[in-house]
Amino acid sequence: MARLRARSRRGPAQSHNPMPEAAISEALARRKRRDGWFALAGLLIMLAAVLTLVLLLAQLLVDGLPRLSLEFFVEFPSRFPQRAGIYSAWIGTLLVMLVTAFVAVPLGVAAGLYLEEYARRNWLTDLIEINVSNLAGVPSIIYGLLALGLFVNRFSLGQSIAAAGLTLALLIIPVVIVATREAIRAVPRNMREAAYAMGTTQWQMVAHHVLPYSTGSILTGIIIGLSRAIGETAPVITIGALTFIAFLPEAPIGGEFPYINFNWLDAPFTLLPIQIFNWLSRPQTEFHANAAAAALVLIALTLCMNATAIYLRYRYRRRVQW
Amino acid sequence: MAAISHIDPKEALAVKARVEQLSFYYGDAQALNRVSLDLAERRITALIGASGCGKSTFLRCFNRLHDLYPESRYEGQILLKPDDINIISKAVDPLEVRLRIGMVFQKPNPFPKTIFENVAYGLKVRGVRDRHFIEERVEGALRQASLWAETRDRLQDSAMTLSGGQQQRLCIARALAPQPELLLLDEPTSALDPIATANIEELLSELKEQVTILIVTHNMQQAARVSDFTAFMHLGELVEFGDTDTVFTTPRQKKTEDYITGRYG
Repeated sequence: MARLRARSRRGPAQSHNPMPEAAISEALARRKRRDGWFALAGLLIMLAAVLTLVLLLAQLLVDGLPRLSLEFFVEFPSRFPQRAGIYSAWIGTLLVMLVTAFVAVPLGVAAGLYLEEYARRNWLTDLIEINVSNLAGVPSIIYGLLALGLFVNRFSLGQSIAAAGLTLALLIIPVVIVATREAIRAVPRNMREAAYAMGTTQWQMVAHHVLPYSTGSILTGIIIGLSRAIGETAPVITIGALTFIAFLPEAPIGGEFPYINFNWLDAPFTLLPIQIFNWLSRPQTEFHANAAAAALVLIALTLCMNATAIYLRYRYRRRVQW
Repeated sequence: MAAISHIDPKEALAVKARVEQLSFYYGDAQALNRVSLDLAERRITALIGASGCGKSTFLRCFNRLHDLYPESRYEGQILLKPDDINIISKAVDPLEVRLRIGMVFQKPNPFPKTIFENVAYGLKVRGVRDRHFIEERVEGALRQASLWAETRDRLQDSAMTLSGGQQQRLCIARALAPQPELLLLDEPTSALDPIATANIEELLSELKEQVTILIVTHNMQQAARVSDFTAFMHLGELVEFGDTDTVFTTPRQKKTEDYITGRYG
């Protein structure tokens, strides 16, 4: 580089041909080498990241795969590692996620819609906007503490599925709000003008255009939020998830009238991450194999959810093109 | 302003809309300065002028699109005949104005829905439920926009599968389906190729039998070809207005002459 600069500074004597051809190709070769070095460095760093993940997964597979069987999914926890399973854990996770989704999705989407479409721009909405983004970054244990005071004690929900669902809903509402707002903002201005020029009211605008065109991205945001919630451990420990449950909550859909009941909301619960945590803290190594197996299930769940998100995004993007 | 902005009564044309002393402001910036002109019923009025002269701003006043953005301000009036309501007055609901006046944009902007849904949309907004009536209007509007032959067998396809020129005709059909009193077109052919442009121009000449048209165009030949009246705008002011032949052959203003002979713009 220094040499190049020196040559170009040599002045007007050579101005008709500032750089002889040999020098050009030499400089070019040098620049290409640099290009190559950067690409190589990038590749190595990326490989390091991917390899770590692969190794982690491989270790889990080696430890946990032998324990994965149908029985593992339908056995309750037990003192005997060979007999222990994750029945109550995955049912608990499923039900808690159900509550979380039912609460977080309507609230988060409605809040995002309101902030983006209806709210006037002023200092108050700016403040709310900043705080919503901040909330998305608050450590999850803080939500656990809040929920312990609010849901478990003040609302007397106790250490129940409802309390856990609400806690995780609090945790992901900011994620859903942010995703909703971004999805809505992606609806182009000319589409809005086209609709308004037809004489739509604001609600018709939202119902006929904004929501249908942004469904894919909103769903993606919801799933990303849920897949964050599914792995959360700290806040549910704070509100008192049990680590040993040898029965299932009452089934939400029953055989007799009125077929649906909500008693399960009140039931104590355990979750996959809690079960993993519990098994890992046992001294017997056999339990560690159980933990690895349960971790595989959790990872598979998360990957499935993310895959669904990617698929939805792809499908809706293809349908709605501007 | 020396321009004579009202239609010569000798011609005995009905007036569809009368613009009086219309000024428009984006915040503190004035974009239109006391523009007055008449739109003749069932005629095509073209707005020409260099970029930034305010012709699109003027057009968008007619369906209160400026109201979507904060800090826009109108002065003066636009009286829509026959009931003489001032469509830019605060007392008039912009929704009502937009229900009476249709608009087609520069870039074709069909909704990512089916062809049928696009054309039927204006009726849906109005709460029309009668399936038979809707189908009739959709066919009527597609015929008016000379798109029926191409789309009759694929009404349930996405509008996005149409070509650019077809999409723009679909947008015209969408605007026509609710039978607007006035049709606004904002440089409707600037994103189209010459053949599609010719189709649209031909279409406009047919449409003026049924609806009053106000069109903004960049293209002077287009104004000369399709319009009955031409308004030339410069820096937010109306410089000249008259019947198209007169404006193009014997303009009264030096600026108009310079513009149409291509000396600037």
